[in-house]
Amino acid sequence: MAGLTGRIRRLGRIAEPAPPAPGPLQDASEVGRGSLQLRHVDAGSCNGCEVEISGCFSPVYDAERYGARLVASPRHADGVLVSGVVTRNMASALVDAVNAVPAPRVVIAVGDCACDGGVFSEAYGVVGPAGAVIGVDVAVPGCPPEPAQIIDALRKLTRR
Amino acid sequence: MNPGGILGAAAQTAAVGLGAPGLVGGMRQVRARMEGRAGPGVAQPYRDLRKLLGKQSITPEGTTVVFAAAPAVIAAATLVIAATIPLATTASPLDGAADLLAVVGLLLIGTVSLVLAGLDTGTPFGGMGASRETTIAALVEPTVLLAVFALSIPAGSSNLAVIVADTLRRPSDVLSPAGALAFAAIVVVIIAETGRLPVDNPATHLELTMVHEAMVLEYSGPKLAVIEWGAAMRLTVLLGLLVNLFAPWGVAGRHAGLVGVAAGLAAVAVKVAVAAAALAAGEVYLAKIRLFRVPELLAGSFLLGLLAVTASYFLASPQA
Repeated sequence: MAGLTGRIRRLGRIAEPAPPAPGPLQDASEVGRGSLQLRHVDAGSCNGCEVEISGCFSPVYDAERYGARLVASPRHADGVLVSGVVTRNMASALVDAVNAVPAPRVVIAVGDCACDGGVFSEAYGVVGPAGAVIGVDVAVPGCPPEPAQIIDALRKLTRR
Repeated sequence: MNPGGILGAAAQTAAVGLGAPGLVGGMRQVRARMEGRAGPGVAQPYRDLRKLLGKQSITPEGTTVVFAAAPAVIAAATLVIAATIPLATTASPLDGAADLLAVVGLLLIGTVSLVLAGLDTGTPFGGMGASRETTIAALVEPTVLLAVFALSIPAGSSNLAVIVADTLRRPSDVLSPAGALAFAAIVVVIIAETGRLPVDNPATHLELTMVHEAMVLEYSGPKLAVIEWGAAMRLTVLLGLLVNLFAPWGVAGRHAGLVGVAAGLAAVAVKVAVAAAALAAGEVYLAKIRLFRVPELLAGSFLLGLLAVTASYFLASPQA
């Protein structure tokens, strides 16, 4: 316990200073303004995007300070964070998860695979990008996108 | 029934209702800072609640009135506790109901309604959370009773206002062996009852480790807002009871006026904030314990409560 106390005091604040807030989206949707809870759905990702998403909520990037948070249930969420190309086995699960989110809701596609299929677009077990199954409101391209890019998209929604 | 008491009861109920989300936000902020994060700010729970109140409310297929009524029952039961127990004033007009058995019963009403709501959804996680919550509640409630009984023996009454007034008159009771044992028992009980670490992790996303979260997985929109508000009020009320049982200084008495009530409210707010900050700071050092170890922890706290009653019975200073 003494060791942990010393470490807490020595490290102080790990979170990097917040970059200037990006402007709101073009369609100026009010979803998640000030408070954005997201359910993360891995529709068939290679887990590269998952590493970056968990980086967003780490002490260094600390997406929670902008009011964004990952939650355990789509019922608690304002939207779904989709990563990976949509595989046949996950297509209906993804639709169910999005439909379980109370309106108004938002769908964020993270990574090239979720945006346009990426390197897996020609694979045999694949339905298509997230847009082929559900409507996508915000796309974050990149393979994988950096935490800063994902947080930028989240901040456009929370406007903080 | 005196005007000061009515004013005090109204003020403390309003303070609990309005301040509870802020208390939770403050605890998250303390935790965030100690973890090296910047944190979302003390006002984040208010933003969350405002947003949830404006969202669609989904009623899952097959659920009944049990599911629909549970949030209101929890919030109402907790508000009644907030109005009765001696937080800002010992002269609440509901003082007759501020009996320790009644308060434990009201806490249990909230727990049971949420357990039934978890079962009502018919999902595996709802049932799992309900069974875990019942296990914890069955071990927690006797401990609350025993620990507060230990404090009520020197006061000669199980009425909470009388106990608080007695502690004000004879502060040495708190430092007696019985007081110290009862304090340890009640702290463990509050941690278990409000779903904090190490019994339950309020920030978990892993369904297999959830207790409270598992029961509310199906709630959405305004109903979820009421449940979160109720849980925050429950934490506030229990912390308020803890600080006023063991450090009641500042609480307004039977003849206090407007100034006395305001001072009592400020005193309890400061004490609760300090206790909450200490609880949040302590949580940084803890990991959640394995579910099957939770009964050991709670049985230990029950033993402390039993020892507290025994000590207060045999070691009590003779009544003046």
